[in-house]
Amino acid sequence: MSLDNDYLEYPWRAYGNDHERYDWSMLADRPAVTWPGDKPLAVWINTSLEFYPLNQQGKPFKVPNGMKMPYPDLRHFTLRDYGNRVGIYRCLKAFERFGIRPTFAINTQLAQDTPYLLEQLLAFDGEILCHGWNMDHLHYGGQDKDEEAELVKRSVDTLQELTGRSVRGWLSPAKNQSWNTPDLLAANGIEYCCDWVNDDMPYAFRTENGPLTMMPLSTELEDQFVIGQNLHSEDSWVEQVKDACDFLLEEAATQGGRMLALNIHPWLIGQPHRISSLEAVLEYIAGRDDIWQAPAGEILDAFTAQTAKED
Amino acid sequence: MKESLGVYDYWPYKDRPKIRWPNGAKVAFWVAPNIEFYELDPPDNPYRKAWPQPSPALPGYTIRDYGNRVGHRRQMALLDKYGIRGSVSLSVALCEHYPEIIEMCQERDWELFSHGIYNTRYTYGLSEQQERDMIRDSIETIYRHTGQKCAGYLAPALSHSERTLDLFAEVGTELFGDEAGIYTCDLFHDDQPTPVSVRSGKRFISIPYSLEMNDTIVYAVNKVEPRHYGEILKRHFDRLYQEGEESGTVMCIPTHNYQVSCPHRIKAFEEVLEYITGHSDVWVATGREIADYYLEHYYDAALDDIERKKGSVK
Repeated sequence: MSLDNDYLEYPWRAYGNDHERYDWSMLADRPAVTWPGDKPLAVWINTSLEFYPLNQQGKPFKVPNGMKMPYPDLRHFTLRDYGNRVGIYRCLKAFERFGIRPTFAINTQLAQDTPYLLEQLLAFDGEILCHGWNMDHLHYGGQDKDEEAELVKRSVDTLQELTGRSVRGWLSPAKNQSWNTPDLLAANGIEYCCDWVNDDMPYAFRTENGPLTMMPLSTELEDQFVIGQNLHSEDSWVEQVKDACDFLLEEAATQGGRMLALNIHPWLIGQPHRISSLEAVLEYIAGRDDIWQAPAGEILDAFTAQTAKED
Repeated sequence: MKESLGVYDYWPYKDRPKIRWPNGAKVAFWVAPNIEFYELDPPDNPYRKAWPQPSPALPGYTIRDYGNRVGHRRQMALLDKYGIRGSVSLSVALCEHYPEIIEMCQERDWELFSHGIYNTRYTYGLSEQQERDMIRDSIETIYRHTGQKCAGYLAPALSHSERTLDLFAEVGTELFGDEAGIYTCDLFHDDQPTPVSVRSGKRFISIPYSLEMNDTIVYAVNKVEPRHYGEILKRHFDRLYQEGEESGTVMCIPTHNYQVSCPHRIKAFEEVLEYITGHSDVWVATGREIADYYLEHYYDAALDDIERKKGSVK
């Protein structure tokens, strides 16, 4: 049996993207951006703080780094928990030492369950963004819209109450969305989202509730991807981050300011044998005069101020 | 289902007729940037899922979108710097979606060959007529947008049927005679061009397009570190250059702009291009140029030699 002929029909085959969320454009063609202090490179260090439930449902797919063994999978549960109990404090110490202004993406349930941790994060001159409810509450195509609306609202509202701050940013668990997620984020006052990793700069994104900015948080460079999934050495990760900074600095010299988004996970990089690699990366970043290190929201503000001026 | 593909004969690498590329080059070197379009919401193919998550499957889609928005221009600047014209393995719908990229390829006299319509539309399950239609669409689309008569084929997402090569050769002939449909990149069995028999009897060959050197295979499947990728590319080249002393070889680097052009990987790639193009006896070419040259100078001798070696045990 062969496939129906509609398999060879292509309804979106025309100029531009195959959806209407944002306009097609190539990074190299866009107007040049300058960061505060005329720095060519903005570096955003995102620290992901996550709760992986022991009884994960895995609906509709098993989240990466979640439970893998039959219940109760203590081995993966406790190792992820290690990040929130131990690893994060090594990271915080390193941020302090190198004067880093971090962004923390936290699962709201974790913020609720660990007030001490939240207090420690709030004490930092940084930013807190919402990383969804927990690592088993996924956003996915086919999800009931009311159910997802409740989930987004609960996640954002609760985090705002707990932090006493307005939450501007969103990172979906596993960076996965439903067709409605961006609309729901905008409806809840979210200004930027970190799920679409298709650029090296912020860009405008449409929702039915007004504009949203996408702040691409590179997957390919994060500790979890490079060390945890690709099994590259810790030294290679450091090299890769430095190579990326060097390349973007060079590109910025002819094309205007660039952004490097570095996502880290305390359960992984906060291990005793890996924390020195984070320190090496931070030392490099802090040591460069041509890097502006800032939380995501401030990078967004600097970007928006300029792109608005050009209109 | 066949036990073996049966479109080429066993032909030992040892003692083949000597190949010498233009200007006495030992290695014909080509870079094949894959410029692909993956759909956000492709229709289901019962034989293969396009994405691991239900649509919209952002993790896979967005990084590939990165290739077109960001990566392509980086690789293009690099290939310009080293005087390399790309031979693009093209999801041809990109001609309609992002014609700016196609124009930039044209300005540089790059070759465009077919990699199907979208990289999320597979050959699996298509009838022969449907596959023929898809191949015809892809050759016609390239011609309509660029005037190029598509010489090569790499099946979309490496999804094949038993008839893929036959159909590509036939449709090429129907549309443009011997100018289109002359080589395939779908066979990974050799380091030199080899004759491939298609049912129409057309002069048709395979051009080496190494999956082992393909950045997606290296990075996403084999999980190799960026600088180590640079190392293995150099070793691959060194050996082919050395063996090319005896008889000319082909080295291909197939790339993807969402892989090799990421800021943390492109440096290693640049070093390799500098290294390879720094050698004197390298013919920097396109897929079509290698195919044309081989067909004109070595194809007949290869057929004779293959015939001779078939009977050598008797």
